[in-house]
Amino acid sequence: MKHLLSIADLSREDIESIHDLTDNFVEVSRRQIPKVPALRGKTVVSLFYEDSTRTRISFETAAKRLGADTMTFSVSSSSVKKGESLRDTIDTIGAMGIDAVVVRHQSAGVPWQLTRWTDAAVINGGDGWHEHPTQALLDTYTIRERLGTLDGRHIAIVGDIKHSRVARSNVLAFTALGAEVTLVAPPTLLPPSLEGWPVRVSHDLDSILPKVDVCYLLRMQRERMTEALVPTLREYTATYGLTRRRADLLAPRALVMHPGPMNRGVEIAAEVSDLPTATMVEQVSNGVAVRMAVLFLLLGSGTRAEAARVVADA
Amino acid sequence: MAERERQLTRPSGGVFHARTEVMDADDLRRAVWRMAHEIIEHNQGLDQVILVGLQTGGVPLAERLVEALAEIEPTSSVGVGTLDVAFYRDDIGIRPVLPEAVTDIPFDLTGTTVVLVDDVLFTGRTIRAALDALQDYGRAASIQLAVMVDRGHRELPIRPDYVGKNLPTRRDEVVDVTAEGVHLGDVE
Repeated sequence: MKHLLSIADLSREDIESIHDLTDNFVEVSRRQIPKVPALRGKTVVSLFYEDSTRTRISFETAAKRLGADTMTFSVSSSSVKKGESLRDTIDTIGAMGIDAVVVRHQSAGVPWQLTRWTDAAVINGGDGWHEHPTQALLDTYTIRERLGTLDGRHIAIVGDIKHSRVARSNVLAFTALGAEVTLVAPPTLLPPSLEGWPVRVSHDLDSILPKVDVCYLLRMQRERMTEALVPTLREYTATYGLTRRRADLLAPRALVMHPGPMNRGVEIAAEVSDLPTATMVEQVSNGVAVRMAVLFLLLGSGTRAEAARVVADA
Repeated sequence: MAERERQLTRPSGGVFHARTEVMDADDLRRAVWRMAHEIIEHNQGLDQVILVGLQTGGVPLAERLVEALAEIEPTSSVGVGTLDVAFYRDDIGIRPVLPEAVTDIPFDLTGTTVVLVDDVLFTGRTIRAALDALQDYGRAASIQLAVMVDRGHRELPIRPDYVGKNLPTRRDEVVDVTAEGVHLGDVE
């Protein structure tokens, strides 16, 4: 593995080996000193063209716990504001000597473009509506921790599927690991075509909830209202929100998941997010361990190419 | 661990062919028994003593030592942990390095006497990594080293406190320790 761009590039075995490696970093995170020197001397840059607090901090925490140095390049306070192109930006950062770049951009495909311009490992931290692979890796890890396996599990993804890179990455990851996926959303918030997606679709949340092992809620963004995709947030909550009443329809052990940040009272009721079956806090802490595993695989573990070179030299 | 892991892990690994039997199962049992006695004698008992086996070869040896210690001193209880040093190695990025198992040290090591246990002591680099790793679990009062085979060729100033057998070897030979005994051979 040279880059992490998309879940679509990963086989079931790839995802499972990242999960196995994550177990080690969960152990590291629980120690008195939650830090290992595995990536000492490496530099990880976060290049964020979109606002993000949790993903950026999660990656930076992961890099620091591996002993790497971190640099942040956020658009609001940089030369991008002065009109610098993406190409020039990556050349500039690259000239400082970096080993990995975590990129978030509003346009799909930017991480692929970057791999053509830099020798550093590129990690997709979210590109447009396209993908957010580390989110899917941490979500599947969290489900594995709670339910043992995703094989044969039924997962509902509820909300704004159309604009969600989290939904796209998770559909790929959930189905790769053997789960069944049902998308639940109003027709206006589904992609124009679902051809080739290995999923079922429903518009009736109440009838789906008793059948699922996981109810995965997506963030409902306020600007969708101004785009007239939903009439009002209150109406959205009434039809698609996980209210206290709806949460009671879930099987007792079924999980409630959300990638954050949550709109309490919109897609999820405040008291539902505090249920013992809700995994939001675990998702965040598992996120650091999963990102440590990804960084270690890309920068530390020795890729296949490196292994071949060592053998050839010996 | 250093031995078998480095030599046998793909892609640089291969199949181990034994040439000579150095110790048989009985020799191994007697050596474990003697080392257990030495640990008790050296520490004047087993108060605050914790054994930590290195993944993967040191783990079964640590378990056998704990069984022997419990037989010799039935009133004592010795904690046992396992440690994987992958993230502390000095060859990260040079060769493929991945942990074999999750480290399990469920105690604060502050003030304890830690006996590190490994099957073969070779260059000493694995032990160097293990010493760094142990720091992150608390400040031990002392750290000692027990190995079944010391095969020489040290690259760092490290020496064992308890040794099953001193075995002169060539650098390119491979020492394999299992429950059935210790064998010297090659990897193809």
